[in-house]
Amino acid sequence: MAAGLATWLPFARAAAVGWLPLAQQPLPPAPGVKTSRGDEVLVVNVSGRRFETWKNTLDRYPDTLLGSSEKEFFYDADSGEYFFDRDPDMFRHVLNFYRTGRLHCPRQECIQAFDEELAFYGLVPELVGDCCLEEYRDRKKENAERLAEDEEAEQAGDGPALPAGSSLRQRLWRAFENPHTSTAALVFYYVTGFFIAVSVIANVVETIPCRGAARRSSREQPCGERFPQAFFCMDTACVLIFTGEYLLRLFAAPSRCRFLRSVMSLIDVVAILPYYIGLLVPKNDDVSGAFVTLRVFRVFRIFKFSRHSQGLRILGYTLKSCASELGFLLFSLTMAIIIFATVMFYAEKGTNKTNFTSIPAAFWYTIVTMTTLGYGDMVPSTIAGKIFGSICSLSGVLVIALPVPVIVSNFSRIYHQNQRADKRRAQQKVRLARIRLAKSGTTNAFLQYKQNGGLEDSSSGEEQALCVRTRSAFEQQHHHLLHCLEKTTCHEFTDELTFSQALGAVSPGGRTSRSTSVSSQPMGHGSLLSSCCPRRAKRRAIRLANSTASVSRGSMQELDMLAGLRRSPAPQSRSSLNAKPHDSLDLNCDSRDFVAAIISIPTPPANTPDESQPSSPGGGSRAGSTLRNSSLGTPCLFPETVKISSL
Amino acid sequence: MRGQGRKESLSDSRDLDGSYDQLTDSVEDEFELSTVCHRPEGLEQLQEQTKFTRKELQVLYRGFKNECPSGIVNEENFKQIYSQFFPQGDSSTYATFLFNAFDTNHDGSVSFEDFVAGLSVILRGTVDDRLNWAFNLYDLNKDGCITKEEMLDIMKSIYDMMGKYTYPALREEAPREHVENFFQKMDRNKDGVVTIEEFIESCQKDENIMRSMQLFDNVI
Repeated sequence: MAAGLATWLPFARAAAVGWLPLAQQPLPPAPGVKTSRGDEVLVVNVSGRRFETWKNTLDRYPDTLLGSSEKEFFYDADSGEYFFDRDPDMFRHVLNFYRTGRLHCPRQECIQAFDEELAFYGLVPELVGDCCLEEYRDRKKENAERLAEDEEAEQAGDGPALPAGSSLRQRLWRAFENPHTSTAALVFYYVTGFFIAVSVIANVVETIPCRGAARRSSREQPCGERFPQAFFCMDTACVLIFTGEYLLRLFAAPSRCRFLRSVMSLIDVVAILPYYIGLLVPKNDDVSGAFVTLRVFRVFRIFKFSRHSQGLRILGYTLKSCASELGFLLFSLTMAIIIFATVMFYAEKGTNKTNFTSIPAAFWYTIVTMTTLGYGDMVPSTIAGKIFGSICSLSGVLVIALPVPVIVSNFSRIYHQNQRADKRRAQQKVRLARIRLAKSGTTNAFLQYKQNGGLEDSSSGEEQALCVRTRSAFEQQHHHLLHCLEKTTCHEFTDELTFSQALGAVSPGGRTSRSTSVSSQPMGHGSLLSSCCPRRAKRRAIRLANSTASVSRGSMQELDMLAGLRRSPAPQSRSSLNAKPHDSLDLNCDSRDFVAAIISIPTPPANTPDESQPSSPGGGSRAGSTLRNSSLGTPCLFPETVKISSL
Repeated sequence: MRGQGRKESLSDSRDLDGSYDQLTDSVEDEFELSTVCHRPEGLEQLQEQTKFTRKELQVLYRGFKNECPSGIVNEENFKQIYSQFFPQGDSSTYATFLFNAFDTNHDGSVSFEDFVAGLSVILRGTVDDRLNWAFNLYDLNKDGCITKEEMLDIMKSIYDMMGKYTYPALREEAPREHVENFFQKMDRNKDGVVTIEEFIESCQKDENIMRSMQLFDNVI
């Protein structure tokens, strides 16, 4: 509802007098709401800055914070004002909205901050006035795009961390695309670059005339013919490398059809084909003429450098994106050339021994003149010819100068975009590292606290006091909360090290940890055993003891292994916790599933009591797959299992 | 020092800031028009003329000034404002009639005085005052009597405000029938027009109308 409606409502109601005499039925009585027109001034205190406004002003928009009774929550009876702990500068805009009915967007503020303020005061962003709407939308879109790009880059940047199960093909392809991921790829990258350079230089040097020592200086041979063997060897080597590379890429490409059609692969093919054709074609004078022409294509090898140089790629991309401007340039030039060539031809027609023998012959003159080259091999001799020639050269400058800035600006824009992307990628790493550090800070504190035996509620009080570092009230409560969560789910928070080890290393044997007693356990686990679900643990211990007897040897070993893993990283991590920051913990049900799957114990799922398993396998085959399904049940089992078996 | 009646301040921006530009003459003209500002008479005078208290006038003016900083409402604005209250139908015709009724001096704009005067009559006036005002509204050509055509126009405009979706569905001849009803009731001497005396007399005899008058009790 616009601000105006509230003002005009009495008027509209008064205007109903016009219907009164016409009404054939009695009109309904007026609503008894006695709007106290006694207007009062409200004081709104936003972070110390006082805003005063009429109550009516705020009442104009009853579905916002200030217009509804929600503001009563912020009322401070002592001072008689409404206190908001928000940005006073932004509040100015919000209040102006109530006053004028138009929400303006501040230019110098961050658009996200503005959005948050709007959300707080219950204003929808659509209320932004027309004058500021476009700018608001643009800035918001820009922000969203940048965030999306960052996210994308983050995902892509972490992309190289391929899952462990990638095939040789995938790894090869990745090595080709991102040479920086492994040393071998980098070496390969530089080697190919080197050979491209060698090949190009060889092609060039081949044609230089080199004089042999003590030879008639009249007969000069190009180097290629003087040292045919050397050059042939070099060429062969290069082509072999290129062929190998091409075949490897073809093998590694995820989509071979697409790869075959891509530009780079075409360049590769064109680069190596002449050599093979040359091999196949017999040294025949007729054909060797054509063969020589083919050798021209060897120069395309230089385009292979575009894989190595980003600038070259940008240039190519620019030209592609400026295709329309280039097309226009070409078209207008052609038009101008034809016009001027015709004119020049007819102007010079009468002259004897003129170079302008035909219109196509005049094309050359026109092009040379329009591009201000002016070789001087064709010059007009008549006055008319000279006049038109000068007009031609003047117009040439104009026609060429027009589209060029467009192309240049395009290139500059794309280049800078690329620069920005690179810079952002570099900054991204730093930012991510910082974020991860902050995230791990809290969990790290909790883990450390646990490791230091802070969770123990009894015994060894002195040691506890020594180990535990002082925590703030907030930390205490937070840790208590995390602890409650652990208790609830019968899971524990752990660090990545332990976790990844539990995942990765499946090395049984050598861990006869079954006999270790509770006391030798690190305090954390022991205490947990005692405090967490003691009765249930005991029950499970008994059942498990019964069942493990029937379990196969292999699974027993796995159990040991897991137990060992559980135990051994603990002391290590305790010391290392202080040393280096840990990465974020992963309390994943999936990972638990994975680990649980290792335990192919048939019976325990039946023994797991009341754990809330929606998909609890009720009898029948207890294959590993079912263990995977009962996500909540078996993982809950797992820690207990480990601890018990390590008894 | 109060001037008499209205004060129209034409801020002549041309001379003040030398922004007169021959090229953009038309633009400057527009600016000139929009800076015409109307200020109402003093608060005391309005208090004498209307039946509103000082505070009520203050509140009314604040709202009015907020909506119309220039101090006047022209017909377009008026129609737009009124249409916001009746989104379903087309209230423009009725709004025009209202505008003409409010615009007592017929200068094409409703100033705050006009606005307040009208409101005062309707909301704080006697029954007779109100009926008088309503008669004035119906009498489109202000000749002192309402003809059937005038009434039909009014009736159609009111029915237009209902819009398309009504229950029961609106029939074409509904306004006309209503007008016939009205004239049967009001036109005593059956001469085809309704004069002010007939109108007031008939309305005072009608119970429904009298009862509905309490509509305006606590609008402000």
